[in-house]
Amino acid sequence: MKHFAALFNAIDHSTKTTVKVSALADYFAEAPDMDRMWTMALFSGRRPKRAVTTTKLREWAAEEARIPLWLFEESYPIVGDLAETIALVLPPNETSSDESLSHWINALRALASVEEEDRKAAVLQAWAQLGGTERFVFNKLITGGFRMGVSQKLMTRALSRATDKSEAELAHRLMGNWHPDDTTWEALIEAEDASADASRPYPFYLAYALEDGPDALGAPEDWRAEWKWDGIRGQLILRDGQHFVWSRGEELMTDRFPELARAVDFLPSGTVLDGELLVWHPQTESPASFNALQRRIGRKTVPKKLLAEAPVVLHAYDLLEWEGADMRETPFAERRAVLERACADLPAEAPVRLSPQLDFDSWEDLAEVRSVARDENAEGLMLKRADSPYLVGRKKGDWWKWKLDPLTIDAVMIYAQAGHGRRANLFTDFTFAVWNGNDLVPFTKAYSGLTDAEFREITKWVRKNTLQRFGPVRQVTPHHVFEIAFEGIQASPRHKSGVALRFPRMSRWRQDKPLQEANTLDDLNDMLRIYG
Amino acid sequence: MSSYPALTFTDHGIYCAAGDFYIDPWRPVERALITHGHADHARSGHQSYLATNAALPVMRHRLGEITAQGVPYGDVVTIGDAQVSFHPAGHVPGSAQIRVEVAGEIWVASGDYKTEDDGLSEPFEPQRCHHFITESTFGLPVFRWQPQAQIAREINDWWAACAAAGKTAFLGAYALGKAQRLLTMLNADIGPILTHGAVEATNKVLRAQGIDLPETVHATAEIDPKAYPGALVLAPPSALGSAWARKFGAQENAFASGWMQLRGVRRRRAGDRGFVISDHADWQGLLDTIRETGAENIYVTHGYTDIFTRYLVENGWNAQVVPTEFEGETLDTEGKE
Ligand SMILES: [Zn+2]
Ligand SMILES: [Zn+2]
Repeated sequence: MKHFAALFNAIDHSTKTTVKVSALADYFAEAPDMDRMWTMALFSGRRPKRAVTTTKLREWAAEEARIPLWLFEESYPIVGDLAETIALVLPPNETSSDESLSHWINALRALASVEEEDRKAAVLQAWAQLGGTERFVFNKLITGGFRMGVSQKLMTRALSRATDKSEAELAHRLMGNWHPDDTTWEALIEAEDASADASRPYPFYLAYALEDGPDALGAPEDWRAEWKWDGIRGQLILRDGQHFVWSRGEELMTDRFPELARAVDFLPSGTVLDGELLVWHPQTESPASFNALQRRIGRKTVPKKLLAEAPVVLHAYDLLEWEGADMRETPFAERRAVLERACADLPAEAPVRLSPQLDFDSWEDLAEVRSVARDENAEGLMLKRADSPYLVGRKKGDWWKWKLDPLTIDAVMIYAQAGHGRRANLFTDFTFAVWNGNDLVPFTKAYSGLTDAEFREITKWVRKNTLQRFGPVRQVTPHHVFEIAFEGIQASPRHKSGVALRFPRMSRWRQDKPLQEANTLDDLNDMLRIYG
Repeated sequence: MSSYPALTFTDHGIYCAAGDFYIDPWRPVERALITHGHADHARSGHQSYLATNAALPVMRHRLGEITAQGVPYGDVVTIGDAQVSFHPAGHVPGSAQIRVEVAGEIWVASGDYKTEDDGLSEPFEPQRCHHFITESTFGLPVFRWQPQAQIAREINDWWAACAAAGKTAFLGAYALGKAQRLLTMLNADIGPILTHGAVEATNKVLRAQGIDLPETVHATAEIDPKAYPGALVLAPPSALGSAWARKFGAQENAFASGWMQLRGVRRRRAGDRGFVISDHADWQGLLDTIRETGAENIYVTHGYTDIFTRYLVENGWNAQVVPTEFEGETLDTEGKE
């Protein structure tokens, strides 16, 4: 684990991407195969499952440190990280260990299947053999919370440097279902034929936000426009008579959307579609708002009734594979033409629909189309360059999302709570309220959108203006008005205000606005009527 | 025994009625006894100051014209009905714990202290007493310092790596005490040691009183950075990344403080590296000291007062939190020690 801990430190100690990537590339070039496999797994979200409850870990750590549990619990929020708190309170390690990263990962995975007594003994033994960063990394792994300041994209870049394979090829190889237990470095990275796995998806191409409108994009005729749907991005794979559905986060969602199984009846094997999963209203022949889809999110199995009430359809907007051939190098306009032909004769019961292309002659035209996006339950427009290939990851230039401006409301801050980790000493989590007569009704929480300097300023203010404490939460004098931006609103009986917002964040600190001029519950209800 | 305690806690600071003086007062008083020259302990505006001989030069440098008297460590001074003596606190050169005895009742106000001998400050000497006033800046079990020699190795390795990469190494540290301690830890074979004006001013004061410090070059605005390849620059944290620092071209930043123990704090700082080194006692250092004083009554200031006090009470001490005027050296004021 020493080698991996040194890598962790090299990455942790630098803020520079180049330093991180080269440390990781060096590691990939030298580490044993199993350690490389686990490192790739860790950097692509394939963490081992938590093997011990955090309650037990806290108890054992306090016991080993000979401190009362309450003292451990008081220290934890100040440190801001459980794995780190444990690593710091434990007595220094007595011995050291030369075992590898994979050894320790296997050791902690084995814990799940043993009696608690043995589990404890194994953890204590690990703590006694691991010091400093090694102990911290082990704790991160055992709590299932291992994260590192390197994205999968950068990891792929480092891997590319260590293997002389292209980033795009490696990104594709690393997609899908692989796990260090079921494959080898040779099979996953080196082998000639990498497409053996029928379920393997293509890396998604992601758009950048268009901040200043499309004028700078050049001639409108070089571009194609579609609705930007407010659903779940998904990739539908039809190969060998089977079907697979992948999320953008590389999660296999096949079982969550059983209605897509019928796609194999209507489209040929060797087809891969990129599109948006949306709830479809057969009566109105249109997609429903995100609120309808929310009922399906997080459900591993779908009851019949829900399946009937909120049926999901894939709105296809790109074709990545056709007749078994990778289409990604083919220009978008041509891919689209093939996609349109493939979807031309789909009957109403097919779970796939073509996401329409929008006509426009000028950017002004398009701006007008965009202005009615909310009526279509879309959150704006997608602009795609007609001759663009399908790239890997987020790349500037060929795909843009031109979103509608968010909805906003001016609200009063009434509760404040400290953040975690990096922000443990700042108040960053706030509860906001709107007026209902002379009362302030809380309706949302928000914790992002301000600068660090603004958080520091509001923190000072909170300390001086606390009315009451409820554990970590402070009720503060109603005084500050913030503009809250959000992407959607829906009715919610669980909330006092009766509404719930989507992606609320502080868009502006309205220091210019007097308390009395904040918005009202009626204003919120108006928004619910229009956009809910 | 007197009918009232020898020391009391007032809105001006720690007060001794028997001698009519204050210890480290935060509002102007007639007579102030000062533990050490840091800004939160030695404030301006008092009519007279009493401190160790070794602490006075820095105090005069910082506070300008003051009426001050110096005493050697260990000498007993009688002030009114109080017997007063100063004893090494090991915090920075010249720092002291102040021992006050009134009618057989012994109090020790320890100011800031650390238990490890840093080779520069007069080493800490625990004092037997009945009442002990302790800081708690790092009064949590997550703070445990490594031996100074190990930190010295880490710093020198980092410096050597910077030098090899053609970069200037900027090391941020508090200008009084920490900076000089680091100076004595650096391996001057690696390259030249440059100093920011604030650090160099303190160096000058300490050298003048006979403290031996390695050779340094004052990095004024005029010097040519190219003339010092492989240099390490010692500077206050606020100077890292400033226009002055950018003149040196390719550089790495590091920061030396006990707060660097916490990964979250380290990552919040612009500094790329953090070295865990403090002039305050760590958790074990605080507990060991309290035991060695033999005191039954412990007064906790400066830091994690509530948590530390609760722990002491659970372990049989008669401990209480002493309110201070300022929020003290919490996470918000990292860098100050
Ligand atoms: Zn101090
Ligand atoms: Zn202090």
